[in-house]
Amino acid sequence: MEKLTKDDVHPKILEALLADTNISVEDALENEMILNMGPQHPATHGVLRLLLRLDGETLMGCVPELGYLHRGYEKLAENMSYYEFIPHTDRLDYLSPMSNNVAWALAVEKLAGIEAPPRAQYIRMIISELARIASHLVAIGSLAMDVGALTVFLWTLREREKILDVWDILCGARFTNSYTRIGGVANDAQPEALAKVKWFIDQYLPNLDECERLINTNRIFVERLDGIGVISADEAIDIGLTGPSLRGSGVEFDLRRAQPYLFYNEMDFKVVTYPDGDSLARYFVRADETRESIKIIRQALEKMPQGDTLLNQPKKVLPKKAEIYSKMEELIHDFMIVNFGINPEPGEIYHAVESSKGELGFYLVSKGDGKPWKCKIRSPSFVNLQAVPQLVKGHMISDVVAIVGSLDPVMGEADK
Amino acid sequence: MPLSKELIEQKLNEKFSGESFVFTEHRNELTVSLDKKNIAALCKYLKEEDQLAFKLCEDITAIDWAKRKNRFTVVYHIFSIKQNFRLTLKADVDESDCNIDSVSSVWKTANWHERETFDMYGIHFNNHPDLRRMYMPEEFEYHPLRKDFPLMGIPGSLSLPKNKN
Amino acid sequence: MGLEARLNGDSFFTTTVDALTEWARKNSVWPMPMGISCCAIEMMASGDPKYDIARFGSEVMRFTPRQCDLMIVAGTVTYKMSHVVRKIYDQMPDPKWVIAMGACTSSGGMYRSYPVVQGIDQFLPVDIYVAGCPPRPDNLLNALMQIQDKIGRTKARDFQDKPLPELTVIQNN
Repeated sequence: MEKLTKDDVHPKILEALLADTNISVEDALENEMILNMGPQHPATHGVLRLLLRLDGETLMGCVPELGYLHRGYEKLAENMSYYEFIPHTDRLDYLSPMSNNVAWALAVEKLAGIEAPPRAQYIRMIISELARIASHLVAIGSLAMDVGALTVFLWTLREREKILDVWDILCGARFTNSYTRIGGVANDAQPEALAKVKWFIDQYLPNLDECERLINTNRIFVERLDGIGVISADEAIDIGLTGPSLRGSGVEFDLRRAQPYLFYNEMDFKVVTYPDGDSLARYFVRADETRESIKIIRQALEKMPQGDTLLNQPKKVLPKKAEIYSKMEELIHDFMIVNFGINPEPGEIYHAVESSKGELGFYLVSKGDGKPWKCKIRSPSFVNLQAVPQLVKGHMISDVVAIVGSLDPVMGEADK
Repeated sequence: MPLSKELIEQKLNEKFSGESFVFTEHRNELTVSLDKKNIAALCKYLKEEDQLAFKLCEDITAIDWAKRKNRFTVVYHIFSIKQNFRLTLKADVDESDCNIDSVSSVWKTANWHERETFDMYGIHFNNHPDLRRMYMPEEFEYHPLRKDFPLMGIPGSLSLPKNKN
Repeated sequence: MGLEARLNGDSFFTTTVDALTEWARKNSVWPMPMGISCCAIEMMASGDPKYDIARFGSEVMRFTPRQCDLMIVAGTVTYKMSHVVRKIYDQMPDPKWVIAMGACTSSGGMYRSYPVVQGIDQFLPVDIYVAGCPPRPDNLLNALMQIQDKIGRTKARDFQDKPLPELTVIQNN
């Protein structure tokens, strides 16, 4: 391995890394060692770069460096219409594109003061729960892979493929879907897709149990996670953790329950919490949350009404494609929306949903134009990553992968 | 007692008498605009007052109004888990005096949010423990989310690796 | 290979050795998964039981560049990341190939914005471009088969005179 030098690490980062010691940059390599982890490392879940300060194998400090996947989303959003930004939201948290679509659509609808029809909202609820399952499956699988259990990864990815197949039927894309529209969804859910969802939720639980049987009693897996990266409830709130990472510390905070959107207030589900606050608890929360998602999907499928899936409001919502080709009026509306945008009245809103990683919020400022004046994405991965230096301190170097894996960051979202 | 606009208004005016707060509501979201010199004290109060308990800082960002006199507005979204209430704070910052007090001593999570805002808008946060760029390389000179920065960037401002072969 | 360097010309022996090495090389391409963003998940999916990249002898994803001969650049390359990608490419031993997976790597894709490199061919030699955002795993497998074709057409002797890549050994201070 090559020695890390001052050329590879910016002096300001070194300064932050060595902030609480009296050793200088020059003799850093004599007493303690500085180790570079990432941005190309299999266990950093993308392009996260961690600079670790080590005393032997014990971690004395850690400075995460982000920005290797900074793609300028917020600048892009300011330069395109609300509709055009839908495909970009897919690629934020690319493990659960559907729930990002839903979050964006809900935020814009709140800004424009419209609401999608009930059937569309039920479809949105089903797909965001499916997305949550898909994302948690990758999180569980890759966490297991990081600590050495490759089989689980293949098994969870097999389950995930089934969800991607549902999306393939639903909207023709298996990965980056762009399925929601402002004021509804792109097309009604086909009977085949719903049948596939039913089939999936029936066979999912036994398969999850099978995965859990493999690792929950596995001594290596448990001991690599148990008591690693402990964070108390107060500290977790202070550092801004949300989602499964916060609920792993015993805080019963879930936006689906606290500030219900869609029809979550009519659903019967439990907010899963585990009190320990370590990596194992965060893993348990994720696994159990998929069970609750299955419950929600089952109820939603039962309660789902018939009806339209797109709001009929020509000034704000794109008309259906078939009508654009056959009717003059719709053609004019389509032209106006595509060229000039939906022009929500001036104002600003913040709308947050509970995505698979935590609180995904969009802060939108409208000046009455077709483009947002300002769009800020409050991404859960970004905030959750901030806890890494605090969590890894005092642990061994091999625990870093377990801690980062249990926080489940997605760099597309963290770097924006 | 559930939190409402009136209660917050009353509490803030009691605590910070003589300061002017502007309360606005849009789509059922309460926003408080305040003078930037009060921000740290106000945030500390909002977090530590038992009845309010805004313990979760969700987001800090800024808005660039381009041609306005107070060019930037720093925006804070804070949430009270206890009261299940979200509040937005806004403080204007002018370009000529482009700084505001840091709230990272109040909420630890503000650290990275403020670094991001500094990176994107060039607003300086006083008393910040570690004010560096968040996303862009340290050598980068510009602040990309300012309205005068072009979408495609400034040619030559970011380097590519040299082709050896 | 040292052997064919000593035996010049297209003798029976060298061509047979060539055929053998080509066959071996093309059926055991070890990819370096340069997974950066969304495409990395589809690259992972191509290794899962459904698509099963092992059918093409490429299931051995090596996370160290020194054991790889194919780099799959999967995901948006920003200016900040480009230095890392290039450094890893330089560390791979010859002969080596590059797949630019997805629209972002090939051309910047939908990110016409300030931090994104508009196509990795600005700093890397690319052999195969894969379309899609992200490409389906089938597409990646197709690209892999095309790389195998390309390897099959490459003579082992083509690399004998090429100097070894310059390893950047940095001294402290």
